[in-house]
Amino acid sequence: MSEQTKMLRVARYRPERAPTPYFDEYEVPYADDTVVLDALNHIKDDIDGSLSFRWSCRMGVCGSCGMMVNGEPRLTCSAFLREFPAQSAIVVEPLQYFPVIRDLVVDMSDFLDKLKEVKPWLIRAEEKAVEAGEYLQTPEEIDVYTQFSGCINCMLCYSACPVVGEDPEFLGPAAIALAYRYNLDSRDEGRGERREVLEQETGIWDCTFVGACTEVCPKDVDPAAAIQRSKVDAAKHGLQALVWPFGGRA
Amino acid sequence: MKTATLPSLKTAAHDVVIVGGGAAGLRAAMACAETSAALSVALVSKVYPMRSHTVAAEGGAAAVFGADDSLELHAFDTIRGSDYLADQDAVEAFVAEAPGEIIRLEHWGCPWSREANGRLAVRPFGGMSVKRTVFATDKTGFHLLHTLFQTSLKHESIQRYDEFFVSRLLVEDDRCWGVTAIDLRSGEVWCITAKAVILCTGGAGRMYPFTTNGAIKTGDGMALAYRAGVPLEDMEFVQYHPTGLPGTGILMTEAARGEGGYLVNREGRRFLEDYIPAKMELGPRDILSRAITDEMAAGRAFEGPYGAYVHLDLRHLGEETVERRLPFVRELARDYLGIDPVREPIPVRPVVHYMMGGVETDLLGRTRLPGLYAAGETACVSINGANRLGSNSLSECLVFGARAGRQAAEDALDTPRSAPGSVARLAEAEQRRLRSEYLEKVGGGQRVAAIRRQLQTAMERGAGIYRTEESLEEAARELRRLRDSARDLTLDDRDQTFNTELVAALELENMLDVAEAVVRSALERRESRGAHTRRDHPARDDERFGRHSLAFADVEGARIEYGEVSITGWPPIERTY
Repeated sequence: MSEQTKMLRVARYRPERAPTPYFDEYEVPYADDTVVLDALNHIKDDIDGSLSFRWSCRMGVCGSCGMMVNGEPRLTCSAFLREFPAQSAIVVEPLQYFPVIRDLVVDMSDFLDKLKEVKPWLIRAEEKAVEAGEYLQTPEEIDVYTQFSGCINCMLCYSACPVVGEDPEFLGPAAIALAYRYNLDSRDEGRGERREVLEQETGIWDCTFVGACTEVCPKDVDPAAAIQRSKVDAAKHGLQALVWPFGGRA
Repeated sequence: MKTATLPSLKTAAHDVVIVGGGAAGLRAAMACAETSAALSVALVSKVYPMRSHTVAAEGGAAAVFGADDSLELHAFDTIRGSDYLADQDAVEAFVAEAPGEIIRLEHWGCPWSREANGRLAVRPFGGMSVKRTVFATDKTGFHLLHTLFQTSLKHESIQRYDEFFVSRLLVEDDRCWGVTAIDLRSGEVWCITAKAVILCTGGAGRMYPFTTNGAIKTGDGMALAYRAGVPLEDMEFVQYHPTGLPGTGILMTEAARGEGGYLVNREGRRFLEDYIPAKMELGPRDILSRAITDEMAAGRAFEGPYGAYVHLDLRHLGEETVERRLPFVRELARDYLGIDPVREPIPVRPVVHYMMGGVETDLLGRTRLPGLYAAGETACVSINGANRLGSNSLSECLVFGARAGRQAAEDALDTPRSAPGSVARLAEAEQRRLRSEYLEKVGGGQRVAAIRRQLQTAMERGAGIYRTEESLEEAARELRRLRDSARDLTLDDRDQTFNTELVAALELENMLDVAEAVVRSALERRESRGAHTRRDHPARDDERFGRHSLAFADVEGARIEYGEVSITGWPPIERTY
């Protein structure tokens, strides 16, 4: 294999050593199938062990290795070096709009709180006993929510979303898509319970429908659609509540 | 280097500590929470739970649902697949409880794939004589893990310690009282005490260079238990999955063959007709991985930049089946190889996938050290014996994660005394060790990655699909040398904040211990059984080796003893297909 090389310009932040972030440049060998994550591992293994980043599966499903690559939120395990122009360095930075803990590692604890807020579990008035068998659900009923169940929590959509950038309180694309996924599940009866959190000030109405979340999603989840459709549902419910103030159901 | 005063130890006390947040760990946590909401449960994981490697499981989870199926048949298939090394009482408990666990996951929201009438669908899998693998397209592990994690969020009694690396068990008075863990974010060392500790840290595939396993699978729980004096059972049995992508090791699920995919050699022939004509592509993994290796040796494989490979051919299945049943396989082949399997065959080779062996436990997840439990791939109950059948492992995580969780919860409720104050000293000693051996170490000069690569090469060469006395002795020598080198490890990174090089060094330490158990167990087992194939001892020898190996940590390295196999209804006979 050819020994072609590329420069990686990598954002560093080591709060114990320097108060502000800086960049280090590394020259890395690459082949046709080398991804940015491989290059980072090459740096860590053979050049500079102090570079910190998260990764695990290297097959686009664990959601750990999201970073800004040349200004775009990407999963680095599927960003091939060959995609990037030869002449300039590839710039690797931590996902934007998140606080940085160290180097390329961002603080995503806030997202974990938002996740819990949307009650991402089946809610039912009555739960069936295990012995009574499964809730029936046809393939067509699964198709209704499948797309919204594919989120790997990689955080690329938060990093792409200008609303998140302006208002960190915004519930955000992934959390809303997940709430919508459960709302659409024929086994779930929790739509009412999730309404409050979805329709709060920092919920669906915060979204200005830029659609960047859907564009960057590596799993085709389409959070933008989830948000728009949630708005329609909320509007309908609001209208019904006006017409039938005591019996409004949606 | 100066002897700085140590930062004070952080402390926390819980009833149950669970190490690992994959399927087994989350299921155990839920079982604790359901046993009593008054129990305080700590879920300690070196990654956010949804990053756990369960996420990468694709094909499905086995359980008896079909009208043509029975618990006896699932048990027999599992025992035959194990080459008669599985404990049959454990297998019987497993097959009996697996369907209930699948239904429970369904009730928790898992999007299992369905038949037109809305019932759970099942697909064929290797070594299973009827269709009994339930699935969520070919992203079963992903959906299972996220369902478990999301549902766990409703339990207030489960407190998560995300991105905490457990480096030692706290053992005092012959009992496990908790763990020492590093908070990666701050570098602070925690002494987390409990009345029960459950290890659910998965396998150790990263000991090998080509593996489907994620970077996090470094045998942490196995090494923790081993160092605490608990034996590792049946460690010589390392499963190679027949179909990983060359180079990356990315898994191409067995479901691809379950749905009808072919394995084809360079001559364009479905070569399995020479090896296992009755089962062909649905043979068990040990036999298929050997068959592919033999085809390579005979020069009937393709050659590529990452060595020899064969073809996994899905073209005849048609686009609709591939899209509906195997969308992830298609996505992975497209993204990583630029190949659309609907139009082109996929290059594949055997890659390390799963550890049949692990921490010795009884049927309730208890180890022989009071207060310590294990479940999932980390543990060896054993339902897998010498070879696991595909799709039994997700079900195993659920059944035995639940069992271990319930048992640990009940034992914690029955344990009046809490951890003795003296365990804090153990944690302090570990805190000092982390400093003196890593963060403040002077001299040395060995790099983590260099030793890790040599370990991987040694394991692949010496303890791979085919083994001999000679190859294993060579691996053992190499491991001793690497252990010496590891004493001279030097970290570039001395920071407290999110020090991933420190984590990598501790993971390497774990892998070296686990590798030693693998190689020593493999050396002593002078027979061939399941995934353990000795060229110098090609036959199975029930007389001498119809037993479980037990590797104990000793000053000289691993010491091997043997334990009995539970036989309930299926006396060992020749394994034929």
